[in-house]
Amino acid sequence: MAYSYQLKRVDFIFRNENDWEKVLSTTIKKKPDEIINELISSELKGRGGAGFPTGLKWKLTAESKETEKYVICNADEGEPGTFKDREILSKVPYKVLTAMAVCGYVTGAKEGYIYLRGEYKFLENELNKAIDEFLYYCQEINLDFKIKIFMGSGAYICGEETALMESMEGRRGEPRNKPPFPTQAGYRNKPTVINNVETLVHTWTIFKYGAKKFYDLGVQYSRGTKLFSVSGDTPKPGIYELELGMSLQDFVYEFGDGDTKAVQVGGASGFLVPRKKFKDTAIGYEGKLVGISLPTGGSMMLFNSSRSMFNVLDNYLEFFREESCGQCTPCRVGCQQLLLGIKAVKRGEKPASYLDKLLKLTETMQLTAKCGLGQSVANSFSSIVENFREEMIY
Amino acid sequence: MMNKNVNITINGFRVEVKKGMTILEAAEEEGIKIPTLCYHKDLCVAGNCRVCVVEVVGQKRLSAACATPCEDGMEILTNSLKVRNSRKHIIELLLAEHNADCTKCYRNGNCELQKLASEYKIMTQDFLELSPLKNYTIDMYSPSIMKDDSKCIRCQRCVRTCAELQGVNALTVAYKGDRMKIATFFEKAMNDVVCTNCGQCINHCPTGALVERNYIEEVWNAISDLGKHVVVQTAPAVRVGLGEEMGMKPGEAVTGKMVAALRRLGFDSVLDTDFTADLTILEEGTELLTRLKKALVEKDQTVSIPMITSCSPGWIKYIEHLYPDNLENLSTCKSPQQMFGALAKTYYAKARNIDPENIVSVSIMPCTAKKYEAHRPEMHDSGYRDVDYVLTTRELAIMVKQAGLDFEKLPPAKFDRLMGESTGAGVIFGATGGVMEAALRTVYELVTGREVPFEKLNIKPVRGMEGVRKASVKIDNPLEEWAFLDGVELKCAVAHGLVNAKKIMDTVKAGKADFHFVEIMACPGGCLGGGGQPIPTNPEIRKKRAEAIYAEDTSLSLRKSHDNPEVQKLYKDFLKEPLGELSHHLLHTKYTRRERF
Repeated sequence: MAYSYQLKRVDFIFRNENDWEKVLSTTIKKKPDEIINELISSELKGRGGAGFPTGLKWKLTAESKETEKYVICNADEGEPGTFKDREILSKVPYKVLTAMAVCGYVTGAKEGYIYLRGEYKFLENELNKAIDEFLYYCQEINLDFKIKIFMGSGAYICGEETALMESMEGRRGEPRNKPPFPTQAGYRNKPTVINNVETLVHTWTIFKYGAKKFYDLGVQYSRGTKLFSVSGDTPKPGIYELELGMSLQDFVYEFGDGDTKAVQVGGASGFLVPRKKFKDTAIGYEGKLVGISLPTGGSMMLFNSSRSMFNVLDNYLEFFREESCGQCTPCRVGCQQLLLGIKAVKRGEKPASYLDKLLKLTETMQLTAKCGLGQSVANSFSSIVENFREEMIY
Repeated sequence: MMNKNVNITINGFRVEVKKGMTILEAAEEEGIKIPTLCYHKDLCVAGNCRVCVVEVVGQKRLSAACATPCEDGMEILTNSLKVRNSRKHIIELLLAEHNADCTKCYRNGNCELQKLASEYKIMTQDFLELSPLKNYTIDMYSPSIMKDDSKCIRCQRCVRTCAELQGVNALTVAYKGDRMKIATFFEKAMNDVVCTNCGQCINHCPTGALVERNYIEEVWNAISDLGKHVVVQTAPAVRVGLGEEMGMKPGEAVTGKMVAALRRLGFDSVLDTDFTADLTILEEGTELLTRLKKALVEKDQTVSIPMITSCSPGWIKYIEHLYPDNLENLSTCKSPQQMFGALAKTYYAKARNIDPENIVSVSIMPCTAKKYEAHRPEMHDSGYRDVDYVLTTRELAIMVKQAGLDFEKLPPAKFDRLMGESTGAGVIFGATGGVMEAALRTVYELVTGREVPFEKLNIKPVRGMEGVRKASVKIDNPLEEWAFLDGVELKCAVAHGLVNAKKIMDTVKAGKADFHFVEIMACPGGCLGGGGQPIPTNPEIRKKRAEAIYAEDTSLSLRKSHDNPEVQKLYKDFLKEPLGELSHHLLHTKYTRRERF
C-alpha cells in the first residue's frame, strides 16, 4: 500500500446526544452577539454547496431593523447523489430544531420553516412529532418560536433558496433576481436566514462544544467536518462524516473498488475528477491551498472503468434539461443544446470541434444564467468533456 | 434614501445617478442603449431573457442590467468582449429555439428578436434548431387572438401583462425545463378560458407568438366585390395611433389623412364611430337618469346602482367571467361599434336605399376584443351580422402600405355624411375618463338646462392616467322634470386597466360603492392604449396619444353629444326617442355569465 494516510473520520453529527434541551436553554442565555461571534470564529460555511459563511448570514439578518423575520431550513435535498439530510432529519431532528430556534433567538425571527423535499414525505409524521415535543419545551422556557413543515413538490430548482421562497409563497418555483439577498428580503420579502440541514447541525455542535473544537478540524478556509454521501462503484456506499481538506486520492483509497476511473464531486452540478488528478485535488472550499480545491454539497459518486463517461454526462444533461425552471434563456435553451449537441457529435452529425463550441456555450451559461443551476451546468460538462473528450466522440 | 446619489462609471465615464436606479436606467440616461427583450416599461422587472447582461468590474458573473441596482463605486462595462460574446450567444440560443421563419411571420419588420438578430449580425446558425422537435400547433380558435408557441421566446411579458395590468391571469407559465411554455388553464384554447381578448398580451409580445386574428384579405375581397357596399367606421383612438405606424411621431392626430386613405383604399362610405359614441351618450345618459329616478324616487330595490359603462368589450368579458353577479350594474347599451353596426344595416341601408344583404360593415378599432364582440351571437339585431369585420389600427396600417399610399402626403379629407358627424364628446371616448366626461356634459345639461360647470367644458378631475379616479358634480336648480335630483351630488368613478377595474368591482360587489356612475375601460389609458394599437405602446406614448385626443376635442365646434345634428336627425327620422322601442331593439343588449378559468 502506497498510502498510509487514514481519512479522519469524525462523529459529531450522528452522535446520540439527549441533551438538546440543555444546549438550547444554555445557548439562549448568551447574548446574540456572542453567538454570532462564535459562529464567525468557527469559520463554518454553508454545507449546501455554495459555502457562504454562516455566521455572517445570521449577522446580516440580525442587523436588519425589520420586525418580521424568518428562519428556513432547506431540506429540499435534490442534488443527484446526496442523501445526508434525510438521515439527519430522521436520526437527529432535535439538533436541527434547536439550531433553528437559536437562529430565531439570534436574528429575532419568530417563525421557522422546514422546506421538506416532496420525495421525503415519509419523514413528515415523525418530524412533526419531534416538532411538537420541541415546541412544547420552547413554551416551557418561554422561547417564542414556532416551526412548521412546508412540503415541496419535487422540483429540483426549489432547492435554490429564492425559488424555494417563491414556492413557499404559493408561486411557481422560479429563482428571483439577486440582489436583494434573502438576508435583506427573503420569504414574504422579509429578512430570512436560510440554511442547509447539515449547516444547522454544525451550529449545534458549535453551541455545545465551542467554536474552537470545530475550528480545529479541517484545514485553512475549510474548517470542520462534512457529511459525505458516497455512492457509485464502491464496496461501501453510505454516509460518512469526514474532516474537510482531504485529498481525493485518500478518499478513493478508502472508498474505491480498486478500479476507480473518476469521481464526481458535488453531484450533477459539481465537477468530475479523472484519476490522474486525484492527487492534486482536495475536498474543501475554494482557498489558497495548493492544487484544486473542490467544494461539495456532499455527493461523491465513484465511477470505475466499466462506465462510459458519455453516458454519465448524457444522464446529467437530461436531468438539467428537465429540471431547469425554464425562465432564463441560457439555462433553458443552453441545457437542450448541450444535450442534443453531444448526441449529435456522438452520432457523427456534428464534427468533434462542435464540442469546443459547446464548451464556449457553457462559459456563457456560467456568466449569464440567473441562478446557480444554470451557472453550474458548466462544471460537470466542461470537466467531463475536457477530460474524456475521446469518449464523447467515439 | 431615493434622493441620495451614487457615483458609478459606465464604460469608463464617471456619472452620478440616483440611488436605487437600475444599471439599465442609468445607462439610458447617459444615452447608452442596452438591448432588452423581457423588459417592458409597463411591467415589473423579470430579468429572465439575459440579453441585457453587463459586466460589473470585479464580479465573477455578468449582471442583468434591468434587475441590478447601481451601487456606489460600480464600474460598469456595457460592451466589453465578455458582454458581447455572451449577448451574442444568448441571441443565438433564442433564435435556435424560435421558429425563425421570418418571411412568413405577421410581425416581420416589427419584431424585437429580429431587430436584435440584425443588430448583432447573427449570420450563421451554430446551434441546433429546437422548434421542429416540438409539436407546436397554432391556437386559432379565438376570433381575436392567435397564439403560436413556436415563436415564443418565454420572456413572460404576456404573463406579466395579463397578471399585472389586467389581473386576469389567462396566460401563465406551465411545465419546466425544455417543456416550459406559456399556457392557458389546462392548455385550453384561448376562446375557452377567462381571456378577455383585450390584446394587451399582443401589444406587449416582442415577437409574433401572440398576434391578432387578422381579416385583411377578407376586407380586400369585400372591397373588390362590386356587388357589395362596404362601409367603414373608425374608432376615436385610431386617429391618434395610426400615424405611428406610418412613421410619424406619437401624439399626432391624423384624422383627415386617415379618412383620405380609407377612401383611396376603396371603401364606399367612410364613417365615424364617434357618431355612435355621441348616440351612446344619449342612450346611456338617459338610462342613467332613468335608473336614478327609479332608485331615488320610486325606491325600486331591483335597480342596480352604480351603473357601469359597457363600451369596452374586454371589460364586458371580464365582468362576465369574474363578477357575474354584478351584470345588472352594466348599462344595457351596446358599444358604439355595435350601435353603428346595427344602424348601418337598418337606418343607413334604408336612407341610402341599399339592400342590407349587400352591405359589408367594417370597423377600424384600437382593439382586439372588438373582433370578439362583433362575433357574439347577440350582435345580429339588424337581422344580419351587425359588424362583419373588425380591423385593428395595425391592420389598417398594413392595408395602407399594401395600397402604396404615401400617407404623409395625403390631403386631409372629411367623413361622409349620415353617420359621419361627431362632436368632441365622441372623440374623447378614446381616452380613459372620456365617456364619463362626455356623459357629464350631456346629463348635466339635460337635467339643469345649463352647461356643466367646468372651465371650457374640460372636466379635468376625470382625466389623467391614475388607475382609479373619482369625481362628483353637484346638481343645483334642475329643470322641473328632474326636481328629484336637486342637491344630489352625482358621484362618478373612472378606472382603466382591468387590475384597476377589480379595485372598483370589489367595492361594488361588497355593496360599499357609493358612486352613481362608473366608467371602466379594459386597457391602460383607455382605448388609446388598446391591444390593437401600434406596437410599442408604453406610458409615454399613451400620454402623447391622450394629449392628441383632448386637442382634437377642443378644436371642434361641437363638443356635446346632444348637439350632434346627425344624432338629432337620427332620433327624429328613425329612433324617435332614447330608450325607445327601436333603440331597445337595436342599441341595447344583455350579458352572459361565464366560468372563471
